[in-house]
Amino acid sequence: MRLKHYPIDGRFGRFGGRYVPETLIPALEELEKAYMDARDDKDFKKDLEYYLKHYAGRPTQLYHAKNLSDAVGGAGIYLKREDLLHGGAHKINNTIGQALLARRMGKERVIAETGAGQHGVATAMACAALGLRCEIYMGAKDAERQRLNVFRMELLGAKVNRVYSGSQTLKDAINEALRDWITNVKNTYYLLGSVVGPHPYPMMVRDFQSVIGREIRKQCMNVIGGMPDAIVACVGGGSNAMGTFYEFLDSKVDLYGVEAGGHGLASKEHSATLCAGSEGVLHGMLTYLLQDENGQIMDTHSIAAGLDYPGVGPEHAFLKSIERVKYVSVTDDEAVDAFMNLAKYEGIIPALEAAHAVAYTMRIAKDYGNDASIVVTLSGRGDKDVEVVKRYLEERSSSHG
Amino acid sequence: MGSRRENPIDTRLREIMARGEHALIGYMVAGYPDERTCLDVAIAMIDGGVDILEIGIPFSDPIADGPTIQRASYIALSNGITPLKAFNIAKSIKDASDTPLVAMTYYNIVYRLGVERFIAMAKEHGIDGLIVPDLTYEEADDAIRVAHMHDMDLIFLVAPNTSDERLNMIAGVSKGFLYLVSVYGTTGERDRFYDYTTNAIRRVKGMIMGRVPLAVGFGISRKEHARVMIDAGADAIVVGSAFINLMEKSKDGKDSMLIDIRQLACELKQATRSV
Repeated sequence: MRLKHYPIDGRFGRFGGRYVPETLIPALEELEKAYMDARDDKDFKKDLEYYLKHYAGRPTQLYHAKNLSDAVGGAGIYLKREDLLHGGAHKINNTIGQALLARRMGKERVIAETGAGQHGVATAMACAALGLRCEIYMGAKDAERQRLNVFRMELLGAKVNRVYSGSQTLKDAINEALRDWITNVKNTYYLLGSVVGPHPYPMMVRDFQSVIGREIRKQCMNVIGGMPDAIVACVGGGSNAMGTFYEFLDSKVDLYGVEAGGHGLASKEHSATLCAGSEGVLHGMLTYLLQDENGQIMDTHSIAAGLDYPGVGPEHAFLKSIERVKYVSVTDDEAVDAFMNLAKYEGIIPALEAAHAVAYTMRIAKDYGNDASIVVTLSGRGDKDVEVVKRYLEERSSSHG
Repeated sequence: MGSRRENPIDTRLREIMARGEHALIGYMVAGYPDERTCLDVAIAMIDGGVDILEIGIPFSDPIADGPTIQRASYIALSNGITPLKAFNIAKSIKDASDTPLVAMTYYNIVYRLGVERFIAMAKEHGIDGLIVPDLTYEEADDAIRVAHMHDMDLIFLVAPNTSDERLNMIAGVSKGFLYLVSVYGTTGERDRFYDYTTNAIRRVKGMIMGRVPLAVGFGISRKEHARVMIDAGADAIVVGSAFINLMEKSKDGKDSMLIDIRQLACELKQATRSV
């Protein structure tokens, strides 16, 4: 069975599915039908291509990071520059696709969750461009930490609803968006931001993001003259990684998903769901979770807000279970070092999320040898993280005496 | 199957309906307001007239619940409640009363312990039925098989927007009763209901064709609401958040709180008796 054929009946192996209150079943069935219809529709594809090219700025470049490659030694490192997209991250690939779908379905109101604000901003942009009303749920703690992103969303015309329940972070924002959807199911489109949630979201978001991998494949032919030896992407919910890997699932290319190791896996302060989690059901899907022995979802940590989530897309859980993708982790410390190295050697400041992927690439480049090529997806730019890194470095230098 | 004893939920509902009455199902959160007091709350609800007691086993991420039950779950979890402790609370209630007990929890709590182990343990602790709001018909094969093995009533939910075709399938597998979610939304008190709720009750009642009793819940807090649901065809009503709101508001100490709970149960029970 070709891996690109999954999901089958809404499942990736045993993972995925649809674990939601009954009220949402008709909405998910309507969404699945509308998406399958749109996917094969010429006009929809034309609209999507138009906005991806002229609004979002696709295709993005595949850049040979020669200085970094030389400094590390070993394989040639190539950066897939999703950081150059409108909004500064891969998120727009998905929000444009789903906003077009919402408009096609005649839904007048769009809701979305956001953690640090990246998906919220990308949703607000797409909705503004397509004339849709937009409300964003954001954990109160996150909204406090990311006040500028709240303002950014408001500038883009979105209403931001702060969520005070639970840990007041991303998972609670998803809970509250789901509750809103249950309440306003008839006129509302829920624009989920990653390859998570009940079927068809993991499939649909992957499809919208898979433009990343398709471009990589084509560009590798021109830039490297063949397939790369390995591809690396960071995994929180896992949308940029799924979008990167999908085109290569049935190839021989080594695939690495890099999770947030936080203060180290032994510390319990991390977000490495696939490396250290266990199977469970959250947000409508059967997948890997960070949970306690009684099934309560645990608080997570990462210096990269976009990786700070206690679940992961069910397709990643599947790819781990069949050992097609190797899932690894990188600590806060290593990610910050990679952040600084990429800035220093290439003049590119990566998002802290993407810095995890860069860090792991630097770790394996030597092992692959001089003739090899490794592609790493630079999922976002790091302007948003500059202040966090500054504070981190100050704390690190003072604690090291 | 023929020699199997009837599940206590079925017996209780059959007896109530034979008298031409309707049932009051009360909901409490295990461990709220604390492990000790929730036992007294259960007894007060039963003394007041609750026919079947639903015990919520808290989950950190309760997406079907509104603010009231979210807060109660959060406090119960902060008090250190676990599924095992909740089972022990059920056992204590069962030792003090023959009221049928239904556990209500989210699927991850069941899945984490293991479907087989969860249901077997629940049964051993005197729980007769199980409601899992995020376990849909399509994902429930395992749970249905295991529940049947242990004579646990696995109770399914339907909503106002559930299609006739799905309704028919779900009514065919739901044991004990079928739970109709009265509104688009989460649990929690409401001032008023719209026509779509009573229309849904009539439609579902028609589709069930007597296969299983129909309970209606979400948002019901007053005897007037109960009457509306019953007049539309509900065999039972479920009330939860209204009890918890009473406990949150109570300022005059535990005894007066228990009197208030008993009083509310009593009023609601009155409304479920025939006029």
